[in-house]
Amino acid sequence: MVVKGVQFRNHRVMGDIIELARRYRDEGADELVFYDITASPDGRTVDRNWVYRVAEVLDIPFCVAGGIRNLADAETVLNLGAAQICINSPALENPDLIEILARRFGSQCVVVGVDSLALARRASGDGGGSKGGSTGGATSSDVGRQDGEPPTDTDYVVYQYTGDPNRSRTSGRRTLGWITEAQARGAGEIVLNCMNQDGVRKGYDIEQLARVREVCQVPLIASGGAGAMEHFREVFERADVDGALAASVFHTAAIPIPDLKRYLIGASIPMRPPEEE
Amino acid sequence: MPAPVIIASGGANLASLRFALQRLGCDAPVTEDHGLIEAASHVILPGVGAARDAMHRLRAAGLVDVIRRLRQPVLGICLGLQLLYTGSDEDDAECLGIIPGQARRFSQSARLPVPQMGWNAVRKVAETPLLEGIVGEGYAYFIHSYALPEGPQTCGVADYGGVFSAMVQHENFFATQFHPERSARFGAAVLSNFLRI
Repeated sequence: MVVKGVQFRNHRVMGDIIELARRYRDEGADELVFYDITASPDGRTVDRNWVYRVAEVLDIPFCVAGGIRNLADAETVLNLGAAQICINSPALENPDLIEILARRFGSQCVVVGVDSLALARRASGDGGGSKGGSTGGATSSDVGRQDGEPPTDTDYVVYQYTGDPNRSRTSGRRTLGWITEAQARGAGEIVLNCMNQDGVRKGYDIEQLARVREVCQVPLIASGGAGAMEHFREVFERADVDGALAASVFHTAAIPIPDLKRYLIGASIPMRPPEEE
Repeated sequence: MPAPVIIASGGANLASLRFALQRLGCDAPVTEDHGLIEAASHVILPGVGAARDAMHRLRAAGLVDVIRRLRQPVLGICLGLQLLYTGSDEDDAECLGIIPGQARRFSQSARLPVPQMGWNAVRKVAETPLLEGIVGEGYAYFIHSYALPEGPQTCGVADYGGVFSAMVQHENFFATQFHPERSARFGAAVLSNFLRI
């Protein structure tokens, strides 16, 4: 089953995974990412039979995220037909894992997922409230910046175990530093999930993504916040990302993929056109 | 009915290729058995990972001369394309030497991340049975850091900070730098055309 959360909590069942895979394939999605969100926090061995069933029907690349903790886990998933594996919490626990996987399978197979929280800004001197991420929990006036200042490494922190609301916590790492390190260790792609935006459909975190783009030499995929077709255009044009990931708006068909692609091609953003019937 | 085989060139990741062939009605074994490879109607040489490792595996399995001598249609995919050439700048690897040329690394820039990972347009520059019945540009899925420059064997090109060989053909040897098995309808058409050669 596929579930989709709002700010990483309250996951709702979104339908049979194979049925969804077929639907997105036919609608012209360019890539699918499957998050096994329960796999990592539980630390359990998961049944990967679904990967094989997905590979049978998909003629586009797909990536599996969640619960890949070692070489054997990665090999299983790749042998079952995934094009890439995405590691998140296990890479934070053991950064060497990135190197181990990249050496064995090539960097192109190794995606590092980063769940990043923008810390709330300090209110500026005139008493204006913060307009950036209202986050609850990880606010820190010591490291938050004034409104209008450009973002720095202290403004974003990496979270881990986000699949489980009860275990989700800061990793103690800064987002920009971690992404730099992950690339040096062999990550071939970064999926940056901006947690403040996740599931709320107010648009991608352009400021954060543009800042990450400056340090990211490998493909960068934006995640979190897509709610309208304009949001996709904005993230390609202003944050210069290589891909834009969304879940809610596609699951609910609020944005049909062929319409979105025609819109983006019309805005001169290069992409594979939707298949003609 | 074609009876293709997939050469076990090492690396994971062959399930999607086998499934793509199954969707075209073929059950292709993955093998390094010389007899099976020589007897197949079509031979597919996939490749994932580094050129030097892949060549090491082919040598260890005694497959280098077997592949060079094949006379049935052969399809190299991704690294499999590069392996058909003289060599690759990747670890200075010596390859099969069936087609003259050297794979070069893409030059990295903020605008063009390396590896290239994603969809790109493929444009026909010479007639090839692989593109039969396909009109205009096709979009294909690429995932690679090294590529062959355009040469006499090139029949399809793509552009990533410069034109490179996306599809090549030399006698009975064909190859795609992209992954036809992950390239939706365009890729399925290319695979299906290959099996009809």
